[in-house]
Amino acid sequence: MQDVVIKTDKLTKRFGDFVATNAITLEVYKGEIFGFLGANGAGKTTAMRMLCGLSKPSSGNAVIAGYDVYRETEQIKKNIGYMSQKFSLYEDLTVLENIRFFGGIYGLTNQQIKTKSEELIARLGLEGEAKKLVGSLPLGWKQKLSFSVAVLHEPKIVFLDEPTGGVDPVTRRQFWDLIYAAAEQGVTIFVTTHYMDEAEYCNRISIMVDGKVEALDSPTQLKRNFKVSSMDEVFYQLARGAKRGD
Amino acid sequence: MRTVRFLLQKEFRQIFRNKAIIAMICVMPVVQLAVLPWAADYEVKNVNLAVVDHDHSTFSRQLIQTVTASGYFRLTGYNDSYQDAMHLVERDQADLILEIPAGFERNLVRENQQKLFVAVNAINGTKANLGGAYLAAIIKNYNQTIRTELVSGVTGDPLHLIEITSSNWFNPLMNYKVYMVPGILAILITMVGGFLSALNIVKEKEVGTIEQINVTPIRKHHFILGKLIPFWVLGNIVFTLGLIVSWLIYGIVPEGNLAVLYLFIAIYLVSVLGFGLLVSTFCETQQQAMFIMFFFMMLFVLLGGLFTSIDSMPEWAKTVTRFNPVRYLIEVMRMVMLKGSEIKNIVAHLIIVTLFAIGLNALAIFNYKKTS
Amino acid sequence: MKQFITFVRKEFAHVLRDRKTLLILFGMPIMQILIFGFALTNEVKNSAIVVIDYAQDEASQKLISRIEASRYFEVNKLSTDHHQIEESFKAGKVKLALIFPQNFYTDLMHQNKAQIQIITDATDPNTANTLTNYVTAIIQDYQSDLNQSASLPYRIIPETKMLYNPQLKSVHGFVPGVMALVLMLVCVMMTAVSIVREKEMGTMEILLVSPFKPLLVILSKAVPYLILSLINVASILCLSVFVLDLPVNGSLLLLFAESTLFIITCLTIGIFISVRTGSQQVAMLISLMGMMLPTILFSGFMFPIENMPKVLQLVTNIVPAKWYYIIVKLIMIKGLGFSAIWKETLILASMTLFLLIVSLKNFKIRLA
Repeated sequence: MQDVVIKTDKLTKRFGDFVATNAITLEVYKGEIFGFLGANGAGKTTAMRMLCGLSKPSSGNAVIAGYDVYRETEQIKKNIGYMSQKFSLYEDLTVLENIRFFGGIYGLTNQQIKTKSEELIARLGLEGEAKKLVGSLPLGWKQKLSFSVAVLHEPKIVFLDEPTGGVDPVTRRQFWDLIYAAAEQGVTIFVTTHYMDEAEYCNRISIMVDGKVEALDSPTQLKRNFKVSSMDEVFYQLARGAKRGD
Repeated sequence: MRTVRFLLQKEFRQIFRNKAIIAMICVMPVVQLAVLPWAADYEVKNVNLAVVDHDHSTFSRQLIQTVTASGYFRLTGYNDSYQDAMHLVERDQADLILEIPAGFERNLVRENQQKLFVAVNAINGTKANLGGAYLAAIIKNYNQTIRTELVSGVTGDPLHLIEITSSNWFNPLMNYKVYMVPGILAILITMVGGFLSALNIVKEKEVGTIEQINVTPIRKHHFILGKLIPFWVLGNIVFTLGLIVSWLIYGIVPEGNLAVLYLFIAIYLVSVLGFGLLVSTFCETQQQAMFIMFFFMMLFVLLGGLFTSIDSMPEWAKTVTRFNPVRYLIEVMRMVMLKGSEIKNIVAHLIIVTLFAIGLNALAIFNYKKTS
Repeated sequence: MKQFITFVRKEFAHVLRDRKTLLILFGMPIMQILIFGFALTNEVKNSAIVVIDYAQDEASQKLISRIEASRYFEVNKLSTDHHQIEESFKAGKVKLALIFPQNFYTDLMHQNKAQIQIITDATDPNTANTLTNYVTAIIQDYQSDLNQSASLPYRIIPETKMLYNPQLKSVHGFVPGVMALVLMLVCVMMTAVSIVREKEMGTMEILLVSPFKPLLVILSKAVPYLILSLINVASILCLSVFVLDLPVNGSLLLLFAESTLFIITCLTIGIFISVRTGSQQVAMLISLMGMMLPTILFSGFMFPIENMPKVLQLVTNIVPAKWYYIIVKLIMIKGLGFSAIWKETLILASMTLFLLIVSLKNFKIRLA
């Protein structure tokens, strides 16, 4: 468990006077499911975008899968998968076409693409929908598909930004099954969420308040430290002091 | 290169699934080329003429007859006072007033010279210019006729006369539509290419799919190339359609070498697509991209020499037109299609457009940021 | 009323936030006025011509120097091979060739008759015609100077006066045209797209479930564009008066009243489009193809309507911008009063009323 795949040191992003993420320092281990929690506007998405190489940090350091976030963003991108808050597969392409396209630009061979997409479709039970436009699928399926595409190229780390927003409890459950399956194969999962039951599924979580990481530990340990019985209460105690929000 | 292939596959699929784009590609060239040249007809004919004849003499009637028989003018008013004729001008029913003063015939014979008054509604500059010139020429001819009649070979030194013969090349029927069609085709290609490429990346931004692309290890120039090639192909299709339409409707067959034409279009398209992509990297919403493109299109078309000649512009405006890619396309289209110019005649144009293509695309790649 | 103002304020905030679009909205009329006012002219000048002088005698030299002195021409090449004419036309720059035959002067003096040949590049028929006229005039001047001793009898001297636009600038017809175009752009395209955008993003529903009347929601969206448009009209008029020296000859009040009428017409069209469409791209396409293009084509400001085929001439009548263009031209340039434009105003007003009824009807159906 001690292989560090994400390591940040005082990672900071400023937009003018506004400090979106303030000196974040954390380590994430290989194969771990890491929950990245925080109220709306706490700076989660900004932090995640920096880790994915989508946004340049203002100061501080971070090493992702052994690569530096300033200089080696393109190498980072080869080794990570990303699923954004907003659904971002092509709605006007079919399920198969999307898989083929993303497989292709990650450099998979045609043979790999073929076997992988068959596997993926079988796993998600999308046999009947493989040739339908993605735009016509229900949201829950879109999200599962999105995740499967994000891990298609067997990345070391997958970043998931509120992957289960607006999805029904059953689908959420199925979604987490997918996450566990990926983690078992050694993929590190870095996930943000607003659902405290999901937080319980994580190996370790951090809670951000106003751009800073205020707590970082396993769910059990956190509950013990705050002397409460549920993650809801941990979160509430930390987040109520927040000055930012919607 | 394999990445580019996947990008192309995706773009083409998306394009062919988008009905609006398909409609634009098929309908635009036909409609524009079928309607615009008829609407944009600056040929000066049917100039509306109001005559104020205070003289009512044989000469004045003869003169009016000569003018109306010339075919350039349409008599829309035969008035007794200048005021009445002026009302016709105010209501746009007359473009020219020809006023024949009282005593025209008598004075001409007795005093050997007589004035005539012509007033031109100069709001429409071209019409005023040419209409006035035609009228002057007709009056001069008429003058010559009555002179020979009255003088009939007598008196003094013989006159030294210069006979002017003129011939009009490349467009002997002086058909204005022939002039406009290649220019409109040029605008068409620019519009289709510019708007499609400008809206494309912005749409990915608005929908959010660009994020998913940006986290992949895809190279910037591969991405731009993947966007460029499909629209380049579409541009060529539109151009070919346009050539066919202008042949079917107007019977215009390029005088020059088709290969030269396609070579130029190939390079030109790269530059105009680069411009569209550059605009789209600057914008966040499709609305913005649309407006900015519209602004530049307006600028390019107005300063492209489509309607008014660049030679007549003041120096500063001429300098501006040098940075207008549309100008070069319009020139080349007219040269090659109507005059049969050869490749050696358009070398300078080719070089400039190539520079545009390189510069604009380099800027687009530079300005497309995977990392904010 | 207080609610209404709140809504209008929100819409203003939206409009003012998008700086790039705003810049274009105000920059576009300025750019167009400056180009039309200073860059474009229907005059033909500085045209390159070639002279092929096989005569090289007194008469030809004199004529050439007269032509060189004219600001219409740039005599940039004197060659003695007429095979080069086609070449120079093909190279693009040269618009006219003038050929003096051998013994030009001798023929003229001794046989009293000599010939000059003009060849034009007639791809642009108007320029070719104009240049032929200019050259002919210069030659005829020379001819009458030559015959001065003979003193031509029975001379008719036409005196020509250019009304309204003595310098033949293109701008006179264009200022009203630019006004029509810009109002169309702001009111139809901006309004339609911005309403459809709210629909697309789902914020429209939030507004519609508020206790506020749906019609007022739409109206409050139109108000900022009405104000922006009036500012645009004012700025175009200022530019034309102070920069182009083109005064408003008629009543300013009347001009603004008519402009407001036209703005309302456009807003109605914009709202109509937005009620009927569901996506920004479609709304843009319809406003661009269905509204902007006809405005540019058929309002008469860029293309002369009387030259169009009859069918197209009929089509121009249903374009609202045509009537507005006529009204502005009559008030601004010719300085006429309401009595001269009541008919056009009536047509425009009934169009507006018709559109208003149709879009209100559609609006109700859509909400039900």
